[in-house]
Amino acid sequence: MPAKDQYPKVYLYRRIVYAKIFIDNHFAEKIDLDNIADEAFFSKFHFIRLFNHIYKKTPHQYLSFTRIEKAKQLLASGMPAAQACYAVGFESVSSFSGLFKRMTGQTPSAYRLQQRQKLAAVTKAPLNFIPNCFAEKNGWVDVIGSKKPEASV
Amino acid sequence: MITKMNHVSVFVLDQDSAYEFYVNKLGFKVHTDAAMGPGMRWLTVHPPEQPDLEIALMAINAGMMFNEESARQMRGLVSKGTFGFGVFECDNLLVTYEELKAKGVEFTKEPTKEFYGFEALFKDDSGNWFSLGQKAD
Repeated sequence: MPAKDQYPKVYLYRRIVYAKIFIDNHFAEKIDLDNIADEAFFSKFHFIRLFNHIYKKTPHQYLSFTRIEKAKQLLASGMPAAQACYAVGFESVSSFSGLFKRMTGQTPSAYRLQQRQKLAAVTKAPLNFIPNCFAEKNGWVDVIGSKKPEASV
Repeated sequence: MITKMNHVSVFVLDQDSAYEFYVNKLGFKVHTDAAMGPGMRWLTVHPPEQPDLEIALMAINAGMMFNEESARQMRGLVSKGTFGFGVFECDNLLVTYEELKAKGVEFTKEPTKEFYGFEALFKDDSGNWFSLGQKAD
């Protein structure tokens, strides 16, 4: 039996899911969470309660989480902390840095440095990060004492 | 004694497209992304809550691993949906199903009650299929 038949209120889920996807797509903009509740046809209280029930975070917590996750990506790609802060929708560097530290345990700059160092290590010696069997199979390693294996299959 | 699995391969037609699918649609995290020379890339991702399982998205190209004929056959088999590579788990199948569907993921079976719980099936951008189940309460 399709599971949907057992959940006649699937349309409720769908509206919450669409609100979540709206946050995913618009996190960098000024998002008014009251508007999202309106668009999802819920009272603000009902919306927050259902959202929290489904995603284990309030819409506001989810928005912050999404912004910080995106900031982590931007920092890892080399973007300076102040620029990443505005790029993900924060309006003040100090509130961004404070929240980032609370959620990740590191300041944005420390996180950026750590990720850049990791990337440099991968770029310099990628074979340190790849199980040897995979590397050999792909011909990325010279097998010592023998010629490179032919394609095996 | 074997204790756990930490790497698994999924063969894909195109790594850029697979990156878009696994990271931006499924929401997986990139573990390692390293250029290995012209046209070669080591790309592994992991489910958000399972950082120690690297899923290697392996390009099917003629080279060391496949000769021309094998690469052609393998690409054909993958794209016609021959291979199922595993079962993923989520907290709420209906929610995850709605969300992935809204993001353009193709499902071949909508959430259905089986004797072991709820299950759905989806395909990745190459044609590999996966089962998606709901964690038992």
